[in-house]
Amino acid sequence: MMSKNNNKSMDDVFIIGVGMTPVGEHWDRSLRELALEAMTAARDETGAMRPEALYVANMLAPALSRQSHLGALLADFSGMRGIEAVAIDAAGASGGMALRQAYLALASGMVNTAMVVGVEKTTERVTAEVEAALITSSDADYESIHGVTQTALAAMLMRRYIFEYNVPEHAFAGFSITAHANGAKNSNAMFRRPIKLDTYTRAAMVSDPINMFDAAPVADGAAAIFLARGDILPSNLPFPPVRIEASAAAISAVAVHDRPNPISFSSAEITAQGALDRAEINKDQIDFFEVHDRFSVFAALALEAAGFAAPGEGWKLAESGAIALDGQIPICTFGGSKARGDTGGATGVYQAVEAALQLQGRAGEIQVANARLGLIQSLGGTGATAATHIFSAVETL
Amino acid sequence: MEITSHWRIKKQRYALVGEVCPHCAAKIFPPRDICPDCGDEAKDLYQFSGRGKVYSYTTLYNAPAGHEEQAPYTVAMVELEEGPLITAQLTDIDEKEPEVGMPVEMVTRKLGSEGDQGILIYGYKFRPVLEIA
Repeated sequence: MMSKNNNKSMDDVFIIGVGMTPVGEHWDRSLRELALEAMTAARDETGAMRPEALYVANMLAPALSRQSHLGALLADFSGMRGIEAVAIDAAGASGGMALRQAYLALASGMVNTAMVVGVEKTTERVTAEVEAALITSSDADYESIHGVTQTALAAMLMRRYIFEYNVPEHAFAGFSITAHANGAKNSNAMFRRPIKLDTYTRAAMVSDPINMFDAAPVADGAAAIFLARGDILPSNLPFPPVRIEASAAAISAVAVHDRPNPISFSSAEITAQGALDRAEINKDQIDFFEVHDRFSVFAALALEAAGFAAPGEGWKLAESGAIALDGQIPICTFGGSKARGDTGGATGVYQAVEAALQLQGRAGEIQVANARLGLIQSLGGTGATAATHIFSAVETL
Repeated sequence: MEITSHWRIKKQRYALVGEVCPHCAAKIFPPRDICPDCGDEAKDLYQFSGRGKVYSYTTLYNAPAGHEEQAPYTVAMVELEEGPLITAQLTDIDEKEPEVGMPVEMVTRKLGSEGDQGILIYGYKFRPVLEIA
């Protein structure tokens, strides 16, 4: 609940440390090494506190690295034997759902400190195997068996969206342009050059109508956050803590064809509204929105689901620049999945780290001015699972 | 030996057998025993006609493992005439560009193969409705 006088309530949950590796093709780094780097960076910000629980966000390790049981593996590897640890799988929403599990444990009082680490190594296998691993998040018997990929499913949604709403050509360009403009100033981003409109309009098709700039690259990386309950916050933190104002999670039909209206993300809508209700704020108070832009059409649908645009008009926010860093509703402030890079199940933790940095005033050239409230949303399985959180900046004492 | 997960749903793969809800008359594919519309029990079997129209489609070139030999191929969501949407490959489209709204009909085709023995998996695909010359 939003505390009116900004007191650190004992039951509130705070982020007190963040860390992340650059996103890219880390041929020389293993899954556990990447995770350890992010975890160590997050722990260092707390003065090397030890979490009581570890929640690992990952979706591809069992298929691509033949490695499951990551909770135990990463807690062990990082020298934390004896704590509780578990891996969370909600496809691309694993990051947001791992954060949700940590939040629930802390808010309940059963755990006092927790760490969430998202890690993914997509470069362990060739593309066809990565596509096969990614599509296990869809309906195996009625979608995956037909040879669809996540890109093909998104492409079918984009085509239908364009058809139903009579959307002009190149309407989605603004999502990629904004993402790259921000990513260019994020030293951890995979792609660090801005792009112009004609880069987008001349881009090759990947799965029509999705072109190369409508689809995020999937690569390697790890991000971690350290969380603690308000009643045990250390007093000597180097950066202001960030409060989790609200947390919400929901699912919809896994198979896109089973949804009453496939070109809308009902779980995104339920959780965005749920989070706003729990935080007792309205969407106009949100200073930035980390959407899960695995594909440009998902960014449009997320904006519509949260109420920032009417159905079929999300693309207009990209066209008008409303989503730019200095716009009414900045998105993908560190480059999003498109420019920072998508790290599968770890993406939601990158979003959390980036949102925390914004609220701590540590975003440098990509700082959203006067950022007080951030909305972050992690989506999995072409929007089937949504985990949405609201973070707020807290004044230091 | 057939792969059991495919063998169990042969009627769905070869004959589009779903369910009809006895409470709200919704047609359901694939069968799931609980009506997604009204939430009541729905176990009465119903066989779909196989006719429908293209709701959306895309052609893909980067196939997942197990489908590389088929690439490029076109996948679609088809709106069956009875209501439900279904995902499947389009076939017999040659060089013709599909269109949203295009009438299609179900045919049985090879979906792929599985395992070291390359056991063939068959199931539904959709082709543009064949005109009688």
